[in-house]
Amino acid sequence: MREMPLISVEGVSKRFRFPRTASDILTGRPPAAVHALNNVDLEVYRGETLGIVGESGCGKSTLARCLVRLLEPDEGLVRFDGKDISLLRPGERRAFNRRVQMIFQDPYSSLNPRMSVRQVLSEALSVHAMRPKADIPTRITELLGLVRLPADAADRYPHEFSGGQRQRIGIARALAVEPDVLVADELVSALDVSVQAQVINLLLDLQERLKLTVVFVAHDLRLVRHISHRVAVMYLGKVVEISPTEALFAAPRHPYSKALLDAAPELDPSRRTRVAAARGELPNPLDLPAGCLFNTRCPFAFERCFAERPALSARGPAHFAACHLPDFGNPAPETIAAQ
Amino acid sequence: MSTGTVQIALPAKRRRALPGTLVGAIIVLGASLAMAFFPGLFAPYDPTAFDYNAIMQAPSAAHPFGTDNFGRDMLSRVIHAYRIDMQIAVFATTAPFVFGTIVGALVGYVGGWAEALFGRVVDAVITFPFLVLVIAIVSVLGPGLGNMYIAVGVIGWVFYARLVAAEIKIQRRLDYADAARGMGYGHTRIIFRHLLPNAITPAVVYWMTDMALAILLGSSLGYLGLGAQPPAAEWGVLIADGKNFMTTAWWVSVFPGIAIVITGLGFSLAGDALADLLRVNR
Repeated sequence: MREMPLISVEGVSKRFRFPRTASDILTGRPPAAVHALNNVDLEVYRGETLGIVGESGCGKSTLARCLVRLLEPDEGLVRFDGKDISLLRPGERRAFNRRVQMIFQDPYSSLNPRMSVRQVLSEALSVHAMRPKADIPTRITELLGLVRLPADAADRYPHEFSGGQRQRIGIARALAVEPDVLVADELVSALDVSVQAQVINLLLDLQERLKLTVVFVAHDLRLVRHISHRVAVMYLGKVVEISPTEALFAAPRHPYSKALLDAAPELDPSRRTRVAAARGELPNPLDLPAGCLFNTRCPFAFERCFAERPALSARGPAHFAACHLPDFGNPAPETIAAQ
Repeated sequence: MSTGTVQIALPAKRRRALPGTLVGAIIVLGASLAMAFFPGLFAPYDPTAFDYNAIMQAPSAAHPFGTDNFGRDMLSRVIHAYRIDMQIAVFATTAPFVFGTIVGALVGYVGGWAEALFGRVVDAVITFPFLVLVIAIVSVLGPGLGNMYIAVGVIGWVFYARLVAAEIKIQRRLDYADAARGMGYGHTRIIFRHLLPNAITPAVVYWMTDMALAILLGSSLGYLGLGAQPPAAEWGVLIADGKNFMTTAWWVSVFPGIAIVITGLGFSLAGDALADLLRVNR
C-alpha cells in the first residue's frame, strides 16, 4: 500500500447486549444483542478525508465512537499511529484524546448548556496545556475567528446560538487542542441545507489550512462525494466497499453500493426510474443472516451468498468490495471472458 | 468563502424578569432570618418571664398573641422560636443535601453495581415511614436537637441521592458528556464540573421543600418531647404546651402553628423561585 495508515481498524466487532430477560434465563439462551459492527476493516491515511456512508442503523456512529475510544470494541482493535489504542498508558491516552477529536451530530446536546463558549474553550486549552494561561483569551478569539464566529460569542451560552453556530462552536472546541484527526459524526444532518454548506465549506477550508485528517460519517451521498477522497460504504455493521470517491460513484462494485447510489433522488426528471435496486427492509440486527449480510435484499444473490460471508477483495486501484461477484458493476467487461 | 464572510450578528442579551415567587420568598425568609438572628429587636417581652398577673389572657393590645399558663407573652415566644426552628431547617437538611448530592452523582455516573447497591439502600430506607424511623433513632440516641439532626441526616441523604443519581444518569448519556470524555477529561471534572450543574436543580428545589418539612418534623418531635426541650421556645413545643387548653385558650397553640405555615410557605416559594432561576435554556 501507500504510507502507513494513521488509523487502522482491524476486525472490529461491537455488540450491544440487552439485559437478560426471564425467558432467556429459562431457556438458557444468551441475552439478545444488537450486532452494531461486524468485523470492520478500515484504514485512514494522513491528510485524507474518508467518507463513511450507509443507511441509518448500519453502525456508522458506533464505528466513529470506536475510533475516538468512546466505545471499546468487543473484538478486534483500532491502531492509531501503529499503537493499539486500548493499550495506551494514561499519558499516551491523554495525547491520543488530544490528537483525535470528535464532532457530534446533535448541535443541541453536544454543548454543555451551563458553560459559556469561553469556559468550554479555555477548559480544553488549559487541561491540555495548549497555551500559557495569559495567552488563553487571545487564543479563544483566534479559535472563534477560525470558525467564523464573532469575538463577542465567547461570553455567550449555547442557547443563544443557532444550530449551525453551535456546530461551529463544537468544531472550535475540537480545534482548540490542535488535533490531527477530526471524526465528524453526521456533522450537518441536523442543519438546514443552506447552513450545511457553510459548515461543510468551513470544514474543508480548515482541513486544508490545518492539514487535518477527517473521517466524515454521513448518510448524504452528495455531501460525501463533495468532500471525501475515499468512501467506505457500510451495511449492517460491515464495510462492503471502499474506494476512491470518483471510482465508487462512477462504477460501484457492490450491489448494495449500487442500490444506495440509485436510491439517491435524481434531479433530472428524464433520468428518474421506478426500478428498485434493493428489495425489502434491513434485516433485524439482532438476528443477522448467515452468509453475505446483504443476501436478503440482493437481486443477484445465489447459493454461495447464503453460505459464505464474502471478505473485501481488490477490484481496482485502492478499490475493494466484499461480494462473491467479482465482476459486478465492472466497467471493463473483458475480464468476464477471463473467468 | 473567505474568513469572516458569514459572521452573523448575535441577538442582544436579554435579562430575565425577577420572578414573583422570588420576591415572596425573599420577604418571608428575610423576615424569618431577621427574627432568628435578632429576636430581641422584635419581641416585646422576655419569652421566659412569668407574669402571674396575666395568665391565659386572650389576644389583646398588650399581648397580641395572648399569654400562656405561666403568663408568658406568646408573641415573644413565637418570635424567639424562630431561632431554633430556622436552625432546624438549615442544620437538618444541609448535610443530607451535600452528602446525598455527592453520593447520587457518583452512583449515577458509575451505574451498574453502584446503582444496584444504592437501590437496595433506598428500598431499605423507604420501607419505613420517615417519621417513624426518625423517632426510632432519636429514641435510641436520646431526645434533643443534636440527636434529631443525626437521625434526619442518616436517612435524609437517600432522597437527595436518588434525585441526583437519576438526573446524572440522563446527563451522562448526552453528547456533551461524551465530548468531555473525548477531550480526555478526568472523571472528577466530568462529574462535578460538567454533569452536576445540569443535574442538581431538582435536588436544590427539594432542599428548599425539605427545609419546610424539617421544621414540621422538628415541631413534631418537639411536640412528642423528643426534639427541643422545654422551656426552650420551639413551635412544636409551644403547640404541645397549648394542647391541654385548646378549648379555652386556642391562641397558645394556633399562633405557633401559623408561624410554621408561613415559614413553610416561604421555603416553598424559595423552591419555586430557584427552580425558575436555575432552569436551563436549551
